[in-house]
Amino acid sequence: MTMRIDLPEETLAGVLAKAFGNRSFVIGLVITLLVVAVALVSFLWTPSDVTRLVIADKTQSPSHVHWFGTDHFGRDILSMIMVGARNSIAVALVAVGIGMGIGVPLGAFAAARGGMVDEALMRVNDLVFAFPALLSAIMITAIFGPGAVNAIIAIGIFNIPVFARVARAGALAIWPREFILAARAAGKGMTRISIEHILPNIATLLLVQGTIQFALGILAEAGLSYVGLGAQPPMPSWGRMLFDAQTRMVTAPWMAIFPGMAIVITVLGLNLLGDGIADILDPKSRRRR
Amino acid sequence: MKLWKTILAAAVLSFVAATSAFAARTDLTLGIVLEPPHLDPTAGAAAAIGEITYANVFEGLTRIDDNGQVQPGLAESWAVSDDGKVYTFKLHSGVKFHDGSAFSADDVKFSLDRARAKDSLNPQKPLFAHITDVTAVDPATVKVTLDGPQGNFLYDMGQVAAVIVGKGSADGNKDKPIGTGPFKLDHWAKGSEITLVKNPDYWGTPAALDKATFRIVPDAAAAVPALLSGDIQAFANMPAQDALGQLQSDPRFSVVIGSTEGETILSINNKKPPFDKLAVRQALASAIDRSAIIDAASNGLGKPIGSHFSPGDAGYVDLTGVYPHDIAKAKEYLKEAGLENGFSATIKLPPVPYARDGGQVIQSQLKDIGINLQIIPVEWAEWLSQVFTNKDYDLTIVSHVEPNDIDIYSRPGYYFQYDNPKFNDVIKELGATVDKDKRLELLGAAQKILAHDVPAIYLFELPKIGVWDAKLQGMWTNWPIEADDLTKVKWTD
Amino acid sequence: MTAYFVKRLIIAALTLVLASMVVFAVMEILPGDPARLMLGLNASADQVEQLRNQMGLNAPLVLRYLHWAGGLLSLDFGRSYTYSVPVIDLVRERIAVSLPLALIALALSTIIAIPVGVFSASRQGRAGDTLAMGAAQLGVAVPNFWFALMLIYLFAVWLHLVPAGGFPGWSAGIWTALKSLLLPAVALALPQAAILARVARSALIEVLNEDYIRTARAKGLPYRAVLWRHALRNAMIPVLTILGLQFAFLLAGTIIIENVFYLPGLGRLIFQAITQRDLIVVESIVMLLVAAVILINLIVDFSYAVVDPRLRGRQ
Repeated sequence: MTMRIDLPEETLAGVLAKAFGNRSFVIGLVITLLVVAVALVSFLWTPSDVTRLVIADKTQSPSHVHWFGTDHFGRDILSMIMVGARNSIAVALVAVGIGMGIGVPLGAFAAARGGMVDEALMRVNDLVFAFPALLSAIMITAIFGPGAVNAIIAIGIFNIPVFARVARAGALAIWPREFILAARAAGKGMTRISIEHILPNIATLLLVQGTIQFALGILAEAGLSYVGLGAQPPMPSWGRMLFDAQTRMVTAPWMAIFPGMAIVITVLGLNLLGDGIADILDPKSRRRR
Repeated sequence: MKLWKTILAAAVLSFVAATSAFAARTDLTLGIVLEPPHLDPTAGAAAAIGEITYANVFEGLTRIDDNGQVQPGLAESWAVSDDGKVYTFKLHSGVKFHDGSAFSADDVKFSLDRARAKDSLNPQKPLFAHITDVTAVDPATVKVTLDGPQGNFLYDMGQVAAVIVGKGSADGNKDKPIGTGPFKLDHWAKGSEITLVKNPDYWGTPAALDKATFRIVPDAAAAVPALLSGDIQAFANMPAQDALGQLQSDPRFSVVIGSTEGETILSINNKKPPFDKLAVRQALASAIDRSAIIDAASNGLGKPIGSHFSPGDAGYVDLTGVYPHDIAKAKEYLKEAGLENGFSATIKLPPVPYARDGGQVIQSQLKDIGINLQIIPVEWAEWLSQVFTNKDYDLTIVSHVEPNDIDIYSRPGYYFQYDNPKFNDVIKELGATVDKDKRLELLGAAQKILAHDVPAIYLFELPKIGVWDAKLQGMWTNWPIEADDLTKVKWTD
Repeated sequence: MTAYFVKRLIIAALTLVLASMVVFAVMEILPGDPARLMLGLNASADQVEQLRNQMGLNAPLVLRYLHWAGGLLSLDFGRSYTYSVPVIDLVRERIAVSLPLALIALALSTIIAIPVGVFSASRQGRAGDTLAMGAAQLGVAVPNFWFALMLIYLFAVWLHLVPAGGFPGWSAGIWTALKSLLLPAVALALPQAAILARVARSALIEVLNEDYIRTARAKGLPYRAVLWRHALRNAMIPVLTILGLQFAFLLAGTIIIENVFYLPGLGRLIFQAITQRDLIVVESIVMLLVAAVILINLIVDFSYAVVDPRLRGRQ
């Protein structure tokens, strides 16, 4: 995991030109922006109210009134997918935030101090990695009760060691470099160097990992909601929509198809975006990733 | 949609052609949702234990039939003393346990004494609380003495937890159930299936099936494909109700809707403000639209109830009209309680579809009168400790499947936290009454008190949704007790 | 070298001890009483208390931990509360499903991923590569439980090729048993294959740019031979690392798939044990899985150290 620091040699215009010439990036960006836009629009407007159940309209097939059909409670699937996007994005984003917020300082600290501190932190990391993630998430929600907040915590905890590892590996590659030596000679402390010099140089690495973890977070949230441990009604969530759909696969296939597609498209978009960013900022990664 | 149907029809045709070769078979695979923890009905409350073993592996002195009537079981007849305190049972002769040992009055005495003993872990211990003495008069006669007349005694002796176990084999029943029934355990592949085989030495009419396998299908979604693909030929109670339309239109399957003893209710913590106010409970009752809940939570199949009583039972009074669905009236009740701006509360939902789906509908309906419900899904273990034992809840939805259990509202410390001396008196009198007409009258009075006083909101009687191969006969239509009695089940051609 | 191995072993052992404490503590604060659950609604508080005593739930916390942890050391995993059989028996029955399932899924994933990876790497940047990697992106994005549902309806319900779920047991015949593992294995393998194909491709491209490969080509060896014989072998280290991780994941991470196909595997056993508060089963099996992951990591680390001594200092 070595990092090339090519940024200073490139102008912003150059990066942008490269970005919009990159197919992965463009497609990924468009999809991601679309999903975010849908989530934002849902705050202002949805085709119908997702908290009102109209049992009389249950399991209607797609029509001009309900584009994606209705579910077993007569709710509009399109509206639920729109509001569900909000839930998916929020859960995944905060979970990634927790992972970054705690993992990056830990990793940077481990790299800066080295020795026993490094060793101890990395072993704790290994410990968390050793627990099967889904299983642990199930146990966490079994203790604290299911809900969006606890899903965030469960997913967030498993993001910490990921970011700690990436940050540590990135930082380790930077520490021996000359400009760091210069900064140390100038009397700057460990913390200051980490913040001023290390962090900016591993930012792209973290950004790429961030998009990957974001996509994984959306999948994880869907999985947790699917087993009933995610956001609770009346808040729609894509995973629970699939759970509700599964017994009605033959009679109301639209209940399964549209939320499933929403997950696939969102995750696909984020992964493409992550690949694209990696390609643009680190040409060597085009071969590695 | 046309394409879906065409493909499905083609698949159905090919399936029908493929299965006709298996006509007049003697084996059956049934689906059950929950795996029993063990197979001893006298040592665990899990409904799945009784579902598999009752009447098949274990038998009681009496037995409950499909219609909830008491029939002779291991006792071929009985006599009751004039004061209603002494029951003398005449037992069948020539009965053998599966391990070859002979059944006698000693086993009956052993079983009943074991169930009522001080250190008994019988899940239905209260059933035996009134027994003061059990005597084996001779090998074929047992005399049971009670502390007073018990209107329900013969019924209780036919319940799942009252089955007769062998003196020498009782301790091993969890793993190797040894009963007197027409089937015995063949093997149990943990997590997968439990197979029973015909008992060749059965004392009564032998079973038609040679082999019955109970396969565990924990996921409602898996139940439909399991039936459609023919892996499983019967679900005594189908977990996926929404697929019914599809199964009903399929000539391969019989869909039989029956009744259970499961009063599905919105339980209220009657001591917790603001639910201690009658007006608040009346507001809830008026705000709730039963038919929408029944539609969503039981696919329209549940029978509406207005009190804690099964519509199929003698003495039932239709009280569904006491608080009709009326939003304006509900708001008035709230105003009366001084809560015209509404309030917030929680509802704890156990992991069963009727509760999880019903809860969402109730949440939406109560929103209309300004009550904000927060849904808290719980596992059964949490439900039992938080709601049932510690009474830490506002509202919950649960189906009370025990038969004849209207007396629970008079039990001190029961999780409703309901205490109404008038109701308690009625129940006390009922317990000591043997006369049939007088009993029905008292039951009616008890139902009416509950309907008006709303210690819980009565939603619907849980339906039993039987789905099985159209060529299968003899499955139970109703579930007076949760049992898959296979003694009369057979394949026809 | 030996000092390095010993150090790693000691660390692994410490990690296990720490993990056991975490697992035990987590199960302690899990709400719900297993005894009440077993006895149901009509049991009295006295009865529940009596059963708790019988189950040993009322002993002091530290004693129970030591008893359990001590048992683990002598490979005694305790007795299940609900089934009242030794946990090791349950594990043995369930692993007969989970292990073959994981292996089949892993094999399928490798069989799909390696050729795709090689194909893509050899056509880097061309249409075939783009298409294959696009498909891989799609594979990563599909939730496996959703994919599983689609598979069930297509292959079991409509085409009747395989059972929709369940496991007849190995005694029903190898072919019958394998058939019921096929769909779940495919559902599990596809996303893994997508990830593996991407790793294989990038590892290969990296190797193909190394000097010795260029030399080999300059010497006139045919491209195909260079690709399969030299490059692939050297690209195996990252591929094997990922395979190791995936194996650990497949062994434990199949809870949802096992539920969809109602397979009696380890994942479902734990899930069921959590809901039934069969604490001892959860604790012991989680420890087994944790131990498996640590062991796999250890093996991977050791093999690195043997291959490349420089890594010892850094790890």
